Amino acid sequence: MHTALPALGVRLRRVPLSVAFVSIIFLMVVLLAIFAPWIAPADPNKQTLLARLKPPGFELRGVTYWLGTDDLGRDLLSRTIHGAGVSLSVAVLSVVVSTLVGVTLGMVAGWFRGKIEIIVMRLVDIMMSIPAILLAVLTVAVLGPGFLNLVLVLGLTRWPRYTRVAYAQTLQISNLPFIKASELAGAGAARILFHHVLPNIAGPILIVATAEFGLMILMEAGLSFLGLGIQPPAASWGSIMSVGRQYLERAWWIVAFPGTCLFLLVFSVNVLGDWLRDQFDPRSRSR
Amino acid sequence: MLNYAAQRLIQAFVAMFGVLTIVFIVMHLSGDPTLLLVPQDASAEMIAELRHQLGFDRPVWVQYLDYLYGLLHLDFGVSVVQRVPALDIVASRLPYTIQLAAGALVVAIGFGIPAGIVMATMRGSVIERILTAIVVTGQSVPTFLSGILLIFIFGVTLRWLPTSGSGEFSALIMPSIALGALSMSTFARMTRISIIDELGKDYVRAGRARGLSLGSVVVRHVLRNAAIPVITIAALEIGNLLAGAVIIETVFAWPGIGQLAIQSIQSRDFMIVQVIVLLISFVYVLTSVLADFVYALVDPRIRLVR
Repeated sequence: MHTALPALGVRLRRVPLSVAFVSIIFLMVVLLAIFAPWIAPADPNKQTLLARLKPPGFELRGVTYWLGTDDLGRDLLSRTIHGAGVSLSVAVLSVVVSTLVGVTLGMVAGWFRGKIEIIVMRLVDIMMSIPAILLAVLTVAVLGPGFLNLVLVLGLTRWPRYTRVAYAQTLQISNLPFIKASELAGAGAARILFHHVLPNIAGPILIVATAEFGLMILMEAGLSFLGLGIQPPAASWGSIMSVGRQYLERAWWIVAFPGTCLFLLVFSVNVLGDWLRDQFDPRSRSR
Repeated sequence: MLNYAAQRLIQAFVAMFGVLTIVFIVMHLSGDPTLLLVPQDASAEMIAELRHQLGFDRPVWVQYLDYLYGLLHLDFGVSVVQRVPALDIVASRLPYTIQLAAGALVVAIGFGIPAGIVMATMRGSVIERILTAIVVTGQSVPTFLSGILLIFIFGVTLRWLPTSGSGEFSALIMPSIALGALSMSTFARMTRISIIDELGKDYVRAGRARGLSLGSVVVRHVLRNAAIPVITIAALEIGNLLAGAVIIETVFAWPGIGQLAIQSIQSRDFMIVQVIVLLISFVYVLTSVLADFVYALVDPRIRLVR
């Protein structure tokens, strides 16, 4: 496993076209998210009652609404651009939360074994018996919606996957001679786990994190669509689309643009994730 | 086999017990579950009265034991809004969700497994690339987006199918496709990997050496062996489909337990939400046990190893 990262570097030179393509899409969404306040042509929350539910290209008093407007006359282009930041920040932060919790628990369980191993791995089994979206819906409903709650709930419902991988990898690594050597040299558990085990299990964890990242984007959009995620007036692709569902017959554009962005983002993350996994696990490669 | 079955059942029991506990903890996360059950403008007296009535003023561990005792007697609490047992309300909506999940499973298996077989046996072909693209797409489109897309194309523009509601068979088509798309991808991927694994084995080469075509080796021998992991996925997907129904039923105004869950959250009827979460988790645990049993029955090696 400890040769995986250099080997990845060699393979990076032979990047398939599809992967290069989705990388560009992904980078574009990231740039949109970071520079949203400068790119967006208008204030995403500014309501113009005269411009309600207008189609793409609508002009009013010299202002052009390139992607049309929503039910409150807000500029859809600006809202969609700002939505990128919401989507990415919730996904990134919740992946960070679940990686921190999951990997720490997994390494601890795999290193110390005994009672803590039984407790942690049982808890993993239990957590994985509740469909994540349901647990998230219930928890958000109890705690109340909002950015921070959303990140915590998504992060704390999805850690078991990381724990399983970190645990299995730690079990394997901890029998290797270099770990034994550093143990004999007097290194404590924390030092061994973070300095020696963690770098060597980072590859498989990165793969889980990429797959989870796409899923988190979908979960955030789903929860916001149900009205349990980001609260109005903040723009989230999910919540814009839930408004769009109501006006589907009169204003298709409200759903179409955030929907396309959401699809492109998740699609590119999934393709990148698949490709990354194939680099580490040649057995599953298709060609 | 009996030993294995007993062990697996105990494991499932522990998992279910854990689920009950986690749901209890989540319901108490806000500090006082009474606040979840009353309208937002309720007076302090009303809240206090309901708190006492529902026993939320007792120590948490007493409440926990009481909760487990109730569940043991199939007492899932009473809907605060409608004043009838929460279980009855959920049960009345359940048939719709079962219909929807069954429809989605048909879509997922009917397209996913053939697609997986083709992807595994025609590697490198144009068809494989197209199917791969479809599968990754199915995985990347959120269910509510594919649902809305279907409504827009077949409901609003072409007016072939009803955009919401239930009753006729035609109303079931779009939600089933939207809900089944994600599972379809899972089936296709699992079938593909499973068959590719089998194709590398000696018996395939032996069959080919005997003069069988690739097609007949696959149909006669490979599919049977490759089916085992796919059966497991099928069982696990049932749970996922039920959970996915929460979102898709809202999109299509389909009157199942998913829509009920969201409506109940809006009307702060948390007893019903609790029943739905427990029910779906129970199905989840149960189907994974069944999958393992089928697995062990079909493949004796698994029993011996454990």
